[in-house]
Amino acid sequence: MPALFNVLASGRIRPDHRPWLRAEVDAALWCALAQQLAEGRWTLLGLWGDAGAVHMALLDATGGAVGVASLACADGTFPSVGRLHAPAQRLERTITDLFGLTPVDAPDTRPWLDHGRWPVSRPLAARPGAPEAAPYAFLPVEGEGLHEVAVGPVHAGIIEPGHFRFTANGEAVVRLEERLGYVHRGVEGLMAGASVAQGAALAGRVCGDSTVAYALAFARAVEAALGVAAPERAQWLRGLMAELERLANHIGDIGAVCNDAAFPRLLAPCAVLREQVLRAAEAGFGQRMMKDRIVPGGVTADLAPAGAARIRALVSTARAALPELISIYDGTASLQDRTAGTGFARPDLVARFGCGGFVGRASGRGFDARRVLPYAPYDALTFAVPVLDGGDVNARVWVRIKEVEQSLGLVTQMLDRMPEGPLGVDLPVPGAPCEGLALVEGFRGDVLAFVRLDAEGRIARCHLRDPSWFQWPVLEAAIEGNIIADFPLCNKSFNCAYAGVDL
Amino acid sequence: MIHALLVQGLQMALVLAIAPLVTGFVRVVKARLLRRRGPPLLQPYFDLARLARKEAVLAQNASWLFRAAPYLIFAATWVAAALVPTFATGLVFSWTADLIAITALLGSARFFLALAGMDVGTSFGGLGASREVMIASLAEPALIMIVFTLALVAGSTQLSTVAEHMLSAHVGLRVSLGLALIGLTMVAIAENARIPIDNPATHLELTMVHEAMVLEYSGRHLALIELAASLKLTLYLSLIACVFLPWGLAPAGAAPAVLALGMLAYGAKLALGGALLGLFETVIAKMRVFRVPDFLGAALMLGLLGTLLLFVSRSF
Repeated sequence: MPALFNVLASGRIRPDHRPWLRAEVDAALWCALAQQLAEGRWTLLGLWGDAGAVHMALLDATGGAVGVASLACADGTFPSVGRLHAPAQRLERTITDLFGLTPVDAPDTRPWLDHGRWPVSRPLAARPGAPEAAPYAFLPVEGEGLHEVAVGPVHAGIIEPGHFRFTANGEAVVRLEERLGYVHRGVEGLMAGASVAQGAALAGRVCGDSTVAYALAFARAVEAALGVAAPERAQWLRGLMAELERLANHIGDIGAVCNDAAFPRLLAPCAVLREQVLRAAEAGFGQRMMKDRIVPGGVTADLAPAGAARIRALVSTARAALPELISIYDGTASLQDRTAGTGFARPDLVARFGCGGFVGRASGRGFDARRVLPYAPYDALTFAVPVLDGGDVNARVWVRIKEVEQSLGLVTQMLDRMPEGPLGVDLPVPGAPCEGLALVEGFRGDVLAFVRLDAEGRIARCHLRDPSWFQWPVLEAAIEGNIIADFPLCNKSFNCAYAGVDL
Repeated sequence: MIHALLVQGLQMALVLAIAPLVTGFVRVVKARLLRRRGPPLLQPYFDLARLARKEAVLAQNASWLFRAAPYLIFAATWVAAALVPTFATGLVFSWTADLIAITALLGSARFFLALAGMDVGTSFGGLGASREVMIASLAEPALIMIVFTLALVAGSTQLSTVAEHMLSAHVGLRVSLGLALIGLTMVAIAENARIPIDNPATHLELTMVHEAMVLEYSGRHLALIELAASLKLTLYLSLIACVFLPWGLAPAGAAPAVLALGMLAYGAKLALGGALLGLFETVIAKMRVFRVPDFLGAALMLGLLGTLLLFVSRSF
């Protein structure tokens, strides 16, 4: 039994939680878990609020197990985890914004998602309050010759909104502070009381470029809660879609990172290749981004033979195109001069924050949900998880390049061995409340989904945690000591989600 | 005299008329190299017309300087561009103005642009202005050194004389002129905010230099600044063509047929320069801001080396 389960076993284990383990713990065990988090024994996977309770998902990396600790907040407070473990701070601020639950002794009590412009405050609490608008105080920076540069949330280009407050000494960045929350849509509020079908559609709209990953995480969590499994063919088709999504995003990112160094010569072929991936996805599954193709119980679109042939053609096109793209990237000294050594993400920070995806794997953290917590069809497939330790923009580009190669291999394997069979199963009515948790590897990293269904099978609570929650703070650290003009390049190499975090 | 006045007037009108075309041509070349269709060749004209029709929005704390700067910048750049012999030498103004005057005119245009960038007090304006001045503080001395090299070879800083001297048989291949050509090209790239110094097509406000200074401009003000930027690009292409490729330049008092031939040659030179610029910008990434001094330092050294070589021996 994994060590994490032994620790959680001293709490009250919930029998209706699947597939791993959730325990209701007391404040003492909660604090002990937070302390162990700070010591690096576990990795924080998520921290979210509920009606009168908080949940904390932990990863025991050595045992490959996920456990959730839940603490009832009788008086609307809970002991702060962020006090001991910095990655929890923004999650705690979000809990306060949405549920009104207060972390005791939290180091940062400013709001996070709530900018005072919502019609109510604490929208998910039992009794929402009146809107509260208070001026937002950025962290103070003192020193001679420092000046502030405020960027966003409206940018010169058409990108998602986020505010970046730089404190700089000339060009050198002394501190960067992010402020997000501008695209909060209240997804978790919309989820409450929705049917599973509506929930699947909502989950697919949390973050547009990760729609497959989110829909897959949601579907797996619902299936875990109901104790059903999608048919084998559906599982494999899901895997195929997930890899196509990874391919499209990674290829697009490689070009976009280079374009931020004013090198459109790679953007152009990468954009063409990405478009070919999207067209193959459309030919295979009827929708370019494969939105609404994954639902709890199975998939809604089958892969026709013509579509499979199209995807095979794409794989050979990509395999033929990649070597030249890599040689352009690797052989352009002026480009290497920009990416190598820029935006170094420290391995210890990456490990502490549990950064997933290319951010983690470029700084020596080899976690990949497909490998550590294997789910179908990846448990039956051969692939490598590339890990580098450069930690800079160059390493993050290289992890993407290597993952593209792996994904092409995975797509071929899945097409070769695609099982026949039905596309879905009917979901049973649970009859009693039940809940499920799922961790799925999206292109940015691991997407966590927690779903609790009521007795009629409607969603009582759904929490979706984007990998970027743990990457945004590391970006703040990675830019320190760099120059302001290099921030767009670093930012693009992290490519954190705005919508996924703002939810 | 009347002939010279006519040629001068024609030349002033010509640079103004074709400057947006040069910008558009470079954009088309870059787009085609990236397998994109790209904007129409005449798009810069459409943009200027659109901007001129639009209302100019001013920040509440904008001073008179902010409103006056676009006109000053445009006027200084236009005059400077008119001083460079494009298709014919023997201009009316050329006896009073020369390479040093051109440098000074461009320097004052930049001075006003940097001031205007800081006038409204946005962080980007200040950021752009500080970067622009850092670049200028290296580009201007480099340009001056290159001017001295040319002056030592031709015996004058006056462009018509330099061009005529370059056409004469006894110039030949000279090391100092080669250094000056490379140096001048580097300065031209930096001065025109091209890759690898700046990216004219960027939307990333934190990396901008020229664009950051003009972010607050709109309407006719922006149109004038854009036109001035196009004029500056044309000026530098014409300058390089006039000094290093003077073939086809119509001499003073030439017949209309020779003038027409000069115009054709000028068009070909601009097309060649624009195509080379587009190609160069496509194969290179933008450099880190703090590498710019290295780049321009090299241009300065080349100019200095050219001058020193000529002091050692006039035959270099």
